[in-house]
Amino acid sequence: MKPNFEKGGKWEKFHTLYEGHRTIAFAPDLITKSKGAQIKDATDLKRVMITVVIAMIPALLFGILNIGHQHFIATGAEGTFLDKAIFGALSVLPILIVSYAVGLATEFTFCVIRNHPISEGYLVTGMLIALVMPPFIPLWQVALATIFAVVIGKEVFGGTGMNILNVAMTARAFLYFAYPAQISGDLVWTYLGDKTAVDGFSGATALAVAYNSSVDGTPVVEALNSHNAALGADYSFMSMFMGWIPGSIGETSTLMALIGAVILIATGVASWKIIVGGFSGAYAMGLIMNALQVNEFMAMPAHYHLVMGGLAFGVVFMATDPVSAAQTELGKWIYGILIGVLTVIIRVTNPAYPEGIMLAVLFMNVVAPLIDHYVVKANKTRRLQRATV
Amino acid sequence: MSKIVKLKKGFDLKLVGKAPLEFLQVAAATTFAIKPSDFPGIQRPKVLVNEGDTVKAGTPILMDKAMDQVIYASPVSGEIVEIKRGDKRKLLEIKILADATVTHEKSGALDLGQDRATLAGKLAASGVWPNVIQRPFGIVANPADNPKAIFVSGFDTHPLAPEVPFLLQGEERYFQAGIDALSKLTTGKVHLNVDGSKAVPAIFSGIKNAQVNQFSGPHPAGNVGTQIHHLDPINKGDVAWTVSPYGVAQIGKFVLEGIYDASKVIALTGSEMSQKGYVKTYTGANVSAFLGGIAQPETLRIISGNVLTGEKVEKDGYLGFYHNQVTIIPEGKYEEFLGWLKPSATKLSFHKAIGMFSFLKSGEFKVDTNTHGEERPFVVSGVFEKVMPMDILPTYLFKAIVTEDFDEMEELGLYEVIEEDVALCEFVDPSKNELQELVRHGIELLMYN
Repeated sequence: MKPNFEKGGKWEKFHTLYEGHRTIAFAPDLITKSKGAQIKDATDLKRVMITVVIAMIPALLFGILNIGHQHFIATGAEGTFLDKAIFGALSVLPILIVSYAVGLATEFTFCVIRNHPISEGYLVTGMLIALVMPPFIPLWQVALATIFAVVIGKEVFGGTGMNILNVAMTARAFLYFAYPAQISGDLVWTYLGDKTAVDGFSGATALAVAYNSSVDGTPVVEALNSHNAALGADYSFMSMFMGWIPGSIGETSTLMALIGAVILIATGVASWKIIVGGFSGAYAMGLIMNALQVNEFMAMPAHYHLVMGGLAFGVVFMATDPVSAAQTELGKWIYGILIGVLTVIIRVTNPAYPEGIMLAVLFMNVVAPLIDHYVVKANKTRRLQRATV
Repeated sequence: MSKIVKLKKGFDLKLVGKAPLEFLQVAAATTFAIKPSDFPGIQRPKVLVNEGDTVKAGTPILMDKAMDQVIYASPVSGEIVEIKRGDKRKLLEIKILADATVTHEKSGALDLGQDRATLAGKLAASGVWPNVIQRPFGIVANPADNPKAIFVSGFDTHPLAPEVPFLLQGEERYFQAGIDALSKLTTGKVHLNVDGSKAVPAIFSGIKNAQVNQFSGPHPAGNVGTQIHHLDPINKGDVAWTVSPYGVAQIGKFVLEGIYDASKVIALTGSEMSQKGYVKTYTGANVSAFLGGIAQPETLRIISGNVLTGEKVEKDGYLGFYHNQVTIIPEGKYEEFLGWLKPSATKLSFHKAIGMFSFLKSGEFKVDTNTHGEERPFVVSGVFEKVMPMDILPTYLFKAIVTEDFDEMEELGLYEVIEEDVALCEFVDPSKNELQELVRHGIELLMYN
């Protein structure tokens, strides 16, 4: 089969596709050149990328279970663990499959046109796109967002490693502004199907509840604790930390994001500086809001910010994308902290967007090269000063 | 004032196949070669002999028309048997068939009381000069320059590198004379940098006319580039020189005895080397003499030098001018089923990504030449920084070279590095880029524009 794909073979054009697939089955038989390093590290980009995918699996599995869980709460029906898992899987797997199939097809097309090797970046992006979608988003929207993100977010900049924005966040932002009805509000997070919601059920997310409480003046913690309490599904700190709340597929559980963070930090794949910076920035900004206390949302204990919405997921998996993040070590601290700070500011002060992490990450992606520019400039200045002393 | 520098960043590659500290009895190599490709700065090489000529050790056989004071001498006495040229008559090798006993060109002891220019001129004409390397750029130094300092690294932290004191046994007198000569060539200092984690070896203790500094930490603590960065870094317009300890002793021998003596001790190392240890030979030796007991050398990677910065040679190839080590490891031309996913504790990796457990293993690793993956764009950030113990941002420097941005290359520190300084970056890079080649490309851009 191989000769057909080699130079002069009849499928020469698709050489890159063939190699891309073959190297998944077999690590290639390439050897080092005669000059330069004669040996190379056993780790390649595939292994780095699969590490990130594995780190996201706890969030994926929990997300599947939680979607079923939320459905049974909303409809008031009893459901076993298996019922919930099957229900969740039926909703999540199609989204995951569409994200990978459409994304890879787009990627392959560009690789063939440009004769680039297929890069592993989409392994991670495909999973991320699925995890930041609401559980019942129409599949054609997933497909459209994926194509938009891969083409406009990545390929126009030259492909993997060259993009400015996080590709998965680009997909979500696209949907957020193009089809807001399917990705925001109180109704998209819990699937009722042909059943009706039980009395007293509210599909509002924790962030929406918190925002509303600043409108009607009830303390946020009280409002969160009493939300759907009659149904046994409150928004207490613990429920939110565990993730038994409505939200995008993978984002609800802070615990699962932290498990992912432990994997990413232990394996050295993600920068701990960005993760720690993101959480501390959000906490610090929460404290500043507490000090201002203009409304009830601002008075909410700062640690609540860390478990609500997609902050933990965004900080751990999105902000740490090494291509779109700051790349200098000092820059990573600044970048991480500002993501946390901005997220809380957007959440608390902007009524139009209850969740701030998406915009915070995208904004900081844009700013990251500027941060790096100044860190790099400081390095150059040190070198120059040394010369003139 | 001597300096003590402790470095944290870097990575020690612990490999199978270290040479025990003993001399091996092997048949002497019969042919020797000088290869212009060993000297990156050589621009217009000119052969000074013809096939069939007889030469002595120290007879000039090659020069660079761009810097004609410096000659490259024959390491042994014998007959020029072949002047090998490649495409477009590019000079590849000058081969010499050695006499049974080596005779030398003699010029009498060198008086170090002479002025700098005369001294440099005599050394340049003797054959020992190519040991003097210029930073920036890592090329053979120009004898007319006045370097701001001269640096000698007294230890080698490369994988399986030979023990420097063992290489220089019995050369103590020459080593001191070499340092004395170098100290006359600069108005600055001569820095001799020793391994701070061990007792100072006898040959370096009590050395005069040099400042002895101590460096400790993982590789590249022994690289002279790392040491310069922490002692007296190179800025735009600066010129500093570096000399290997072997080079210092060779210069010293010329000073005291007036001969170019290219005899050297080299280490035979690597997991596939059948007889490991040290042997005495001459610069540019044919490596076939060292392969005794190896059944199929063509299936192995024979490396002149170490596994990070060395060069592949054929089984009848020649030892590089600056190399004092031959390493043999298996070739890695095989496909591995799910090789990117399989957990392993025996594959050497700097990373701890899923399934890579080598950081838990404390012993030595067996390595081969497989690249363990295809080339990709730079994606992962922060890796290079962990193995670069200098205030340099390697990722930005590499990108500046890729985009051929001259100002950025200068400002980000290309004057401070040569190939060996980024060899660890090349090893750890999960995107498998050829970073040493890239740095040389950048240096050539700066040199010739």
